[in-house]
Formats: sequence, structure tokens, C-alpha cells
Amino acid sequence: MIEISFIDTVWVLIASILVFSMQLGFAAIEAGFTRAKSTLSIFMKNMTDMILGSILFMVIGFSLAFSGSGAFIGDLGHFLIRDVGLEAWEGLAIPGILFFFFQMMFAATAATIVSGAVAERIKYVAYFAISAIMVIITYPVIVHWVWGGGWLAEMGFVDFAGSTVVHSVGAWAALAAVIILGPRIGKFTKEGIPKAIPGHNIALAGIGLFILWFGWFGFNPGSELAANSTIAMIATTTNLAAAAGGLGAIIVTWIKLKKPDVGMTMNGILAGLVAITAPCASVSPGWSLVIGFIAGVLVVLSVDMFETKFKIDDPVGAISVHGMCGVWGTLAVGLFAAEGGLFTSGSIDLLVTQLTGVAATFAFVFPLMLVVCKLIDIVIGMRVSESIEITGLDTTEFGGDAYPDFVRE
Amino acid sequence: MKKIEAIIRPEKLEDVKRALEDIGCVGMTVSEVKGRGTQGGIERQWRGRTYKVDLLPKIKIVLVVKERHEKKVVDTITDAAKTGDIGDGKIFISPVEKVIRVRTGDIDYDAI
Repeated sequence: MIEISFIDTVWVLIASILVFSMQLGFAAIEAGFTRAKSTLSIFMKNMTDMILGSILFMVIGFSLAFSGSGAFIGDLGHFLIRDVGLEAWEGLAIPGILFFFFQMMFAATAATIVSGAVAERIKYVAYFAISAIMVIITYPVIVHWVWGGGWLAEMGFVDFAGSTVVHSVGAWAALAAVIILGPRIGKFTKEGIPKAIPGHNIALAGIGLFILWFGWFGFNPGSELAANSTIAMIATTTNLAAAAGGLGAIIVTWIKLKKPDVGMTMNGILAGLVAITAPCASVSPGWSLVIGFIAGVLVVLSVDMFETKFKIDDPVGAISVHGMCGVWGTLAVGLFAAEGGLFTSGSIDLLVTQLTGVAATFAFVFPLMLVVCKLIDIVIGMRVSESIEITGLDTTEFGGDAYPDFVRE
Repeated sequence: MKKIEAIIRPEKLEDVKRALEDIGCVGMTVSEVKGRGTQGGIERQWRGRTYKVDLLPKIKIVLVVKERHEKKVVDTITDAAKTGDIGDGKIFISPVEKVIRVRTGDIDYDAI
């Protein structure tokens, strides 16, 4: 057994706490991007993700992700984190319990991606159920495939910190949920033309953005699970991709709308961060700029495409940011990885493996969550009534106002 | 007696108020209103999509003056509120039948 390294332990613990801070980032950006009447609801959903993500991942999710050697799903060997303690986790110099702690933060992050997409119209009880399913089964299965020794890991699929495992999983679940839910009242005209529904606080969204950016320095470099010199390189590629993603969104919106769009720039930065999450440890800083920039352009086009073409209402752009850019980042490993990338080594094998992982993740998560959401819809109903939606979820489902001192719109 | 209702830009309120004070016109009633003119509102953008704001925040100043002061007051408001761009506002003038001061019961010119 490897001896525990205290510097590794301290670093991974700090990184876990940075990942935790992303919960606040998500809550703030989602609340800012939606209307004042949905603020309580947004915060409640984000707290629910953290609450269920902690408890249910401890009870069963962690075990299904990391126990046993099955190709498809783990076993119940670590049910209730049995045998996860102070001894070093297999292959690492950190305690097993810290490995769990870090993974628990990731599980909560995957679940929380859904909350922004379904905002302002989903029943809280339906969301509660979706959030639970995410951390009990959906997320653990994909984690097992990629990080728990499952079939994708065997194939050599590379997703360092989770462009696919965390972000695409959350986004495909969100896509399934919004298809069942339908768009918010007023999002599309009778002719199907998308309309802007401005969020109520761009400053709150901006705080959320910067906290997410900050938290990503735990998410990516922390995924090294050790304090070696690589973490500095990962932090650098992470930051450069974020910056390039923001620049991409600024340029595209400036050309498209004549003025650079602030909200879209936030999406662009997040797009860069999501995209670099898979390749952050295997590409050079130069390529990270390319990956981030393309993500920033892609997210602007993708948000428009989902609204205009598919009539999908995703108030915060979660499906574009986490889904499309998660796919792009995962494929980017196959293009630009120092070892095995198409442009760097001339071999297409890794790209094919990456494509397989991306497709398999979609093929598992999307249909599963579509069935789950449909069942929830039949049993308890996914969507609130029209009058509740118009009044707002805050007063009807949670009995309060986010800003009780202000006159309501 | 004339009632002057001026709809102006919110950011011009201080200038107009001061200009009116300078010509000795102190009393006024101010309210925050929303409205639109012939332009019908303005375009804004939100996360890559433009939308129309068709009622814009404005300030309405109401004051009642003697007939002979009407032109001077109107000119003062116009000068102080004008930027030359669309959205500077409008002034409406109408006759006033009677004015009563609540505290004393003074009527008309004595009450203005």
C-alpha cells in the first residue's frame, strides 16, 4: 500500500472545497439569468442538489461508481462508504475518505447542471426526484465507465476532469427534462419565434460566473489527485481556455448583434472551462487557447440553434455550455492531446475512442432520463400549472418573495 | 391659470428643477412614470437575442402657473430638459378652473 502524502492530502482537500464553491457559482448565475420571481426556487434546487448529492452519493452512488470491476456498473462493496477510511485509496497517496469527499463534490456538480435548464416551470417535487436519480444511478454509471475501471477506461478513453462524465451527463439529463417540460410561457411566439426573457440580475450572474471560474481551479487541477508539478500546467490550460472562450463569445456577438453581449460572454467563459475539462492535462497551453476559443464561438451558435431550430427553452444555456462544449472538449483530446492527438501525432485512434465515449454517454443518459422524466410526469407531473408559473414558483411553491421590499413586476 | 405637465428624461430632473428654481418657480409635483412616444420604445439585447422595451421610465413634472408666466416656464423646461436626441419628452398645457390651498382656503392666484 502506498503511504499517505500529506501534501497530496491537503491539496486535494482544498481542491474539493473549491469544487464545492461552484455550487454557489451555479446558484448565483442561474438566479441572475432568470426572473426575480424564481429566485427562491433556484436556490432551493441548488441546495437540494448539494443535499442529495452528499447523502445519496455516500449511501450508494459512490459504491456504484467505484466499487468492483464490472464493465458497466460497480457493485455494493462500498455501500454506505464501507471500507472507505483513512487508508490510502488504491493507486493514490490520499486517504480513501478524501477520494470520496472529492468525488461527492463532483456528483453534486453533475446534478446541479440540470437546475438552470428547467428553471421557472418545474415542480419542486419532480426536481427532487430527478436530482436523486442523477446521483443514485445516472452519474455513477458513467463515472464507473470512465474513472471506475469500466469499459471506456479499458478502451483508453480520456476525460481528465469530466467534460463528458460530469458536464455532458448533466446536460443530457437537462435536455431530456426540458423536452418533457416544454418552454416557459412567453418564450416563443405563436409562430414559434424565440423571445428574450431577460434575467433579473446580471450582477448576481457575474458573481456566479467568477465563482465558477474560481472553483474550476479545484475541479481541473484537483482531478490530478496529487500535488505534483502537473497541477500548475492544468491550472494554466484551464485559465487560458476560459479566457479564450470569453473572447470567442465577445467577437461572435459583436459581429452578430453589433454590440458585445455580456450574458453570452459569461456563457462563453463557461464554455471554455467545460471544454478544457477533459483535455486540461494532455494539451499544451497553445492548444488550450484554440479549444477555449472554439467553445466560446460554439456556445453562441448552439444557444441560438436550440432555441430557433429545436424550440427548446434553456434559460441559462446549460445544454449548450455543458452538453455541446462537453462534447467538443472531449473530442478535442483526440485532436490535440500531446500523446495520440490527430493533429499532434497523426493517429486517429484516440479520436475514435473519444467519439465512442461521447456517443455512448449520450446513448445511456439521454434515453434513461427521458424515461425517468416521462414517468415522473405521469406519476406526479413535471410542470406547475399555468397560473402558478405566471405568478412565479417562489410565492406558490415556497411561500415567499426573494425581494419582499420591492413592488412585483 | 395653466397646468403644465412635462414628461422628461429621468436624468434631466435635477437640471429642470434647478432651472425652475432660478426663475422663482419652486412648487411642483414630480412622479415616476413609464411611457412611449412615436418611436414606440427601444431595442435591448439579452444573451444574444434582441427584444423591445416599449415603455420607458420617464419623469412627469406637474405645475400650475399664471397665464403670463406660461411661456417663460415652458421655455425654461425645454432648455433644461433638451438633449436633441429622441426621447427628450413632451409638454402638455391645459387650463385650470380653480386652485385651492388646503391649509388656508386661499383661492386661485393666491393659492398658486
